This record gives sequence, C-alpha cells and structure tokens, in this order.
Amino acid sequence: MFRGFHFIPPDTNIDFVGMRTITWIISALLTVVPLILIETMGLNMGIDFQGGTLIEIQTKESPASLSDIRSKVSGLGLGEVQIQEFGAPNSVLIRIASQPTEQEQQASIGKVKQALGDTVDYRRVEIVGPTISSELIASGTIAVVVAMLGILIYVWFRFEWQFAVAAIASLIHDVTGTIGLYSLFQLEFNVSSIAALLTIIGYSLNDKVVIFDRVRENLRKYKRMPLVRLLDVSINETLSRAVLTHVTTFLAMLPFLFFGGETIFGFAFAMCWGIVIGAYSSIFVASPLQLILGVRREAWSASPAPAKGRGAAAARI
Amino acid sequence: MLHFQTWKLVLVLGIVIAAILYALPNVFPRATMEQVPTWLPHKQVNLGLDLQGGAHLLYQLDEKEMTDDWLNTIRGDVRETLRRTRIGYTDLSQDAASRTVSVKIREPGDVDRAYQELRKLAAPVGGNVFSGFSGYDLDVSTKDNAVVLTVTDAGLTHRMSSAIQASIETIRRRVDAFGTTEPSIQREGRSRVLVQVPGISDVERLKTLIGETGKLEFKLVDPSANAEQIAQSKVVPPGDELLYGNPPSGAPKGTPQIPYVLRNQVLVTGQNLVDAQPSFDQRTGEPVVTFRFDAAGATRFGKVTQENVGLPFAIILDNKVISAPVIREPILGGTGQISGHFTVQEANDLAVLLRSGALPAKLTVIEERTVGASLGADSIESGKKAALMGLALVMIFMLAGYGLFGLFANVALLINIALIFAVLSLMGATLTLPGIAGIVLTIGIAVDANVLINERIREEIRAGKSPFAAVDAGYSRALITIIDSNVTTLIAVLVLFWLGSGPVRGFAVTLTVGVLASMFTAVTVTRLMVAYWLRWTRPQLIPI
Repeated sequence: MFRGFHFIPPDTNIDFVGMRTITWIISALLTVVPLILIETMGLNMGIDFQGGTLIEIQTKESPASLSDIRSKVSGLGLGEVQIQEFGAPNSVLIRIASQPTEQEQQASIGKVKQALGDTVDYRRVEIVGPTISSELIASGTIAVVVAMLGILIYVWFRFEWQFAVAAIASLIHDVTGTIGLYSLFQLEFNVSSIAALLTIIGYSLNDKVVIFDRVRENLRKYKRMPLVRLLDVSINETLSRAVLTHVTTFLAMLPFLFFGGETIFGFAFAMCWGIVIGAYSSIFVASPLQLILGVRREAWSASPAPAKGRGAAAARI
Repeated sequence: MLHFQTWKLVLVLGIVIAAILYALPNVFPRATMEQVPTWLPHKQVNLGLDLQGGAHLLYQLDEKEMTDDWLNTIRGDVRETLRRTRIGYTDLSQDAASRTVSVKIREPGDVDRAYQELRKLAAPVGGNVFSGFSGYDLDVSTKDNAVVLTVTDAGLTHRMSSAIQASIETIRRRVDAFGTTEPSIQREGRSRVLVQVPGISDVERLKTLIGETGKLEFKLVDPSANAEQIAQSKVVPPGDELLYGNPPSGAPKGTPQIPYVLRNQVLVTGQNLVDAQPSFDQRTGEPVVTFRFDAAGATRFGKVTQENVGLPFAIILDNKVISAPVIREPILGGTGQISGHFTVQEANDLAVLLRSGALPAKLTVIEERTVGASLGADSIESGKKAALMGLALVMIFMLAGYGLFGLFANVALLINIALIFAVLSLMGATLTLPGIAGIVLTIGIAVDANVLINERIREEIRAGKSPFAAVDAGYSRALITIIDSNVTTLIAVLVLFWLGSGPVRGFAVTLTVGVLASMFTAVTVTRLMVAYWLRWTRPQLIPI
C-alpha cells in the first residue's frame, strides 16, 4: 500500500538555532529594510485610508485609450488623478484624490460619468469620504494592536511569558516585513491589506504555537538537555509538519495569485508572502529569542502531571 | 481514542449527512432550487455585493442641522409659553455651540414662575427595561434673571435615535420603489444608516432618491412683489422669502433659475399627504404627479384656494420651487396635481418621494462602494476557478505526502467544505470574494490538523508502537496542539470580524466557521474513518 512520500527524512537534524548569528542578521534586515522602504518609498495608500474616489471602467474598444481618458478626467479640476490599466487592456482604473467636503466628493463622480459618457461600463465605483478614511485608519491600527495583545495574553496564559514575548516579537517582524512588501511593490494598501495582516498574524502564530507545544513537551521529557539543543530538537521534530502544512496552504493560495482576479491579487500576494515569512520567523526568530529570554524549566517540572517521558503530554489530555 | 460509542457514531454521521444535505443546494443554479420541494434544504449562501453587484451606501445624518432645527422649535415653544402665561421677556436667543436657548425675564419677580412654566417643556427620555428612567431631554436652569434651556446629551441621543429610525423607514419606502430583491437598510453607530441594495444598476438615481429630504410645502406667491428685481437687489420684503425654481426643460442650456417671491407662511406640508401617484395630465398628456390630502389638509387647502382664486401658489420641494400654478378654482376635494415639465421617470420618482414622507434631516453619503453586475460575475468565476485549483493541488499533495491517510484527510476536507457551506447557508451569512479566499485558507488550516495528527502517528510508529497504539496516541497527542494553534488563529479572526464591514467581514465569517469545522472534521471524522479502517483490515503496518 502506498505509504506517502516523506518530504523530510525522519532523522533530520539541522542545527537551526546554531545558525543564529547569520539568521539574526537576516531577521534584522527583514525588519529594518522594510522600515527604510516605507520611509523612502512610502506606501501606496488606497482610498480606504486616504479618502477619494476609485472608478473601474471597461471600454468597448480594446485597448482603452488611457490618454483620452486622462485628458477627459483631468480637465474636470478634481485635483490629482491617476489612471492605469487594470488587469485587462480594456479595463482602466481611475483614482481621484480626496475632495475637501463630502458633497464635493459625491459631485466628483457625477462629473466623471458625464465626461466619460455612457459608452463605458462602470464596473466598480468606490467613494470614501474624509470621515470614514480617518476612522478606517484608526480601526485598522487598533485591530492589529488588539489582535497582538489578545495573542500575547493567550500565549502567556497557555505557556510562559518568554513564549509570549518571543511570539509577539516574531509577529512584529512578520508584520513589518509584509508592510515592506506592500511598499516595495507599491501594492495598494487598504482595508483588505489589514485583513491580510491579521490573517498572517493568525497563521504565523498558529505555526509558532505548534513548535511551542513541542518545546513544552520536550522540556518535561529531556530534563538535562541544554536549551539550545532542546529548541533544535523541537524544531526538527515538527519540521515535517511545518513543510507539509506550509506547502499545502501555499498551494491553496497560489491559484488566487494567477486566477483570482485583479481585486484580490494584493491580498493573495501578501498571504503567499506571509506564509513564507511566518514559517521563517517561527524557526529563526521565535526560537532563538526563547534562548535569549531563557525558558524556566521549573515551571514545567513542577506541574502535577507525571513528568515521565512521553507519558506527560498524554496524561494532560 | 479509537473506540466510538454508538451514540457518538450516530451523532457524527448525522452531522456529516446534514452538512452534505444543507450544502448541496449551493451546487445547483438558483432556478433549479426553486423546483425542489420545500421540505428539502433549499437555502443557498447569500452572495455579497462584490459578487452579485450592487450598491453599498453609508449615510450620515446631519447632527448639526438636526440640533439647529430642534433649537428653533424650542425657541418657538418658549415664546409661545411665555406669551400664554403673560410673562414679559427680552433677548430670546439660541446658541448652537452650547446647545442652549436663553431668555431674559423682564420682571425679576416673574423669573421663578417662568422657570416653573418652561420646565414643563422638558420631556423624559430614555427609560428602557435595563437602564430605567434616564433623565429629561432639556435641562432648564435660571441664571440671574434669565432662564436657560439646554439640550441634554440624553435628549440629543434620543432624538438622533428616533430620527435614524424614521430615516430608515423613509429610505426603505424609497428603495422599495426600485423593486430590487432584499435591500438591506440598517443603523450603523449613532448617526449613520447603511443602505445595501444588491443587483441595482442605476446607482445615481438611487442616490438622488435617497438623498432628497423630500420636504413638500405649499406657499402663496406674493403677487405684489417683482421677483426679478428682488432677486437682483436681494432685499426681500418682510414676511416674504426668495426661492428659486428650474427653468422649463425646453429652455436653452445656461438659462438662469427662475426666482420666486413667496409668502413666508406655509399653507400645507407634505405631512398632510396621504397618497401621491404618477399620472398624465388629461389635457396636455404631460407626466404629472397627482396627490391626495388627508382631511385636515384638504380643509386647509380648500380654504386657502377659495380665498385666493386667480392668484399663483408655489409647490416647493426641499426649498426649491417645482411649479407655481395659478389657482383657477377652489380645490375642495383635497386632490390636486403637480406639473413641472417632468419626464415619466421624474414624475415617478417624485411620487415615490412624496409617498415616502420627508427625512428628519439631510443625509450625506460618506462612503460608497458600487460593483457592477459584470465585475461581480467575473469575480465569482475567477474565485471559483482559483478555489477549485487550490483544492485540487492540496488534495494531490496530501495524497503524495500521506498515501492512504492523505486520502482520509482529503475526504475529511471535502466534508469540511460541505460543513462550511451548510453553516453559512443556515446562518444566512454572506459569501464575498475575500470569503472565498477564506475558505481556501481554511483548507490549509484543516489540512494542518490532519498533518499534525499524521506526523504524530509517524513518530509513534518510529518509537515502536503497534498500529493501534500509534494511531491512538497520535490523535491524543495532536489534539492539544490543534486546539492551541486554532484558538490563536481565532483570536486574530475575531478581531477581523469586529473591525471589518462588507467583504472583510465575510472573510472573517468564513474563516471562523472554517476553523471550527476543521477542528470537528479532524478530530472526529478522520478518527472515525481511521478507526473503522483499522478494525476491518487489522494492518500489521500503517501505510503513512
């Protein structure tokens, strides 16, 4: 009977934590470079956070004449106007800067529709007024912070504070890394980007918790093993799982990059990247951090569960 | 862990069968489902506006305008009360910033009596089952020889609340005129109304119809005033006001608006209307709106028209003159018609506007998201295609990685997806494009639970356990990890639900349902399959 292919041989024993000098540098770069990118290149803020009008049109003729549309729209005196092709040669995305008042904002769309006429198909119109955009910025920021805090408390409660701090630090690493990606490729940063960030936080943490669980189990099992070694053993033991899970999730997400349509591309792109950076930070950020913070062993040995080898975990269930 | 009591077995199988039955309607087109007998599950997942096309409009009620209106009313009430009780006063004024109306009492000896009388203007507000009586809408106090009436927070909140309620009713009546299926109109926060209309194509018309306040007034035209002159000099005679109306539709472009000088007094308002219908003028064939007053309105209108035969009166909508016909004969029956060079659609919309009643205050669009039907259809297609490809890739990979146990996991995965669709259909939840991505992500998470279990089984086999013991231990050990890792995911997703609206919330819903469903399928459904497989085949080796 077919037993399945072992992508990671059972006796794999990679000295992950031993590579920490190099990986610290990589992790630092993965955190600092995005910050520099955000500072220098900025983020391509979508209308959700900036206010403004977004219109997606499809023209009858293909390809659409961008210059013709540009001249028609920019003559309306609506301030900054961006016009770009969107997904298909006859699809055009028009972005108009935020207008001073909600009323003018509303009026702008009427003007554009008048200028472009009825020959184009208005596929999507989004207008976000100044009130909503500032609210969305606030709630987006709060959401990321609240999610992190909730996770911090849960991990602290289920494990130890060192685990919680290591988890949060790696999540910050993942979040900055992902925002940096948005900056590098100038992907539109909007509410679904916040959704992507929160999902990456959830997914990345899921991965860390699996390793934490194994570390906790091994702390009970190998009482005299040095922590460096113990962390490595734990990572290696869960490596096969990590590879399988990340590959499947990545494979599930991948078609959205190519066939999901233009509206979801940014989200799918961030998710694919998030899977990679989350997997990286579990092994190369969270684990060495636990080493630095020093995990207290007494906490686990003192637990009432019989701390005898593999029986420990089973007895807890 | 591998022994199942009969009732558990029945329960799990029952859930799985129910899930498949309730998920099944989503596979068929809507038209097919209408022919299915009603005793069978026939509910389908609602499609979000981004998938079926439609308009999402967030309206903000103008709080300032409402407060001003209220202060005006209070000032009128104060004047009326003091006159009735014969208390002399000066300096009756209102201040919007501090939300107060203040009045100086001429005789210091009258201050207390004025205070007692004016206090009667305050009405109790709030008072629900939980909080009980929460105070008055007005705070009345004296300061030196003045009486100050302040609008309280509770009063304003109460008034906003009822204004929003009234707006929702009015908007609903207006949106219903479009005849679209299942428009949703709901309150958002303190002063907002969210209008979602699926499948609508003419969004501009919808916005115009909702955006009009719809305040209808009848006033007399001042026959002695020269409107053109007054419009230029801006000197309006006392007791009159200057309003404008559109030029006739045939007029060349750029024709200025027509000024009208009207008597201030309102003869009848739209509140006295009981019906308004679009129709055609019997003589000219022009589209008009016919209306009918209630008894009080009919009496008043009859009296006014009787006294002013031969003079023009104006029909005013939201401070704009629609038309100013001359009264040819007294209108005693309480019915009349408005003509204003309308198109058929304009007449139709005006009738809807008048029937629905006026909005309590102006509503402004602060967020609009409209998706055309063609984009929605494209999104469904691409979402479906991407999701099916993702699913196929995952299943192939699981089969490669775990062989027979991968097959078990794949069956569980399909059941998991059925479960998600069943729950979403039953909840009446909305599926959005990010929601589809959420389901795909769930596929990853669902697989993870099985991966964790299968990896554990591998380890136990390596440690030399028998097939039965290895599988049993694999499930027990993996369980705690599965719970820990899924709870953390849920924390992030719940925050997302709280944050998001529309598509993002749809994503959070599918992800939450998906995570819960994956825990169920991983720990019960695959366990059941594996347990029975072990019992039937009694393998010496586990093919994993």
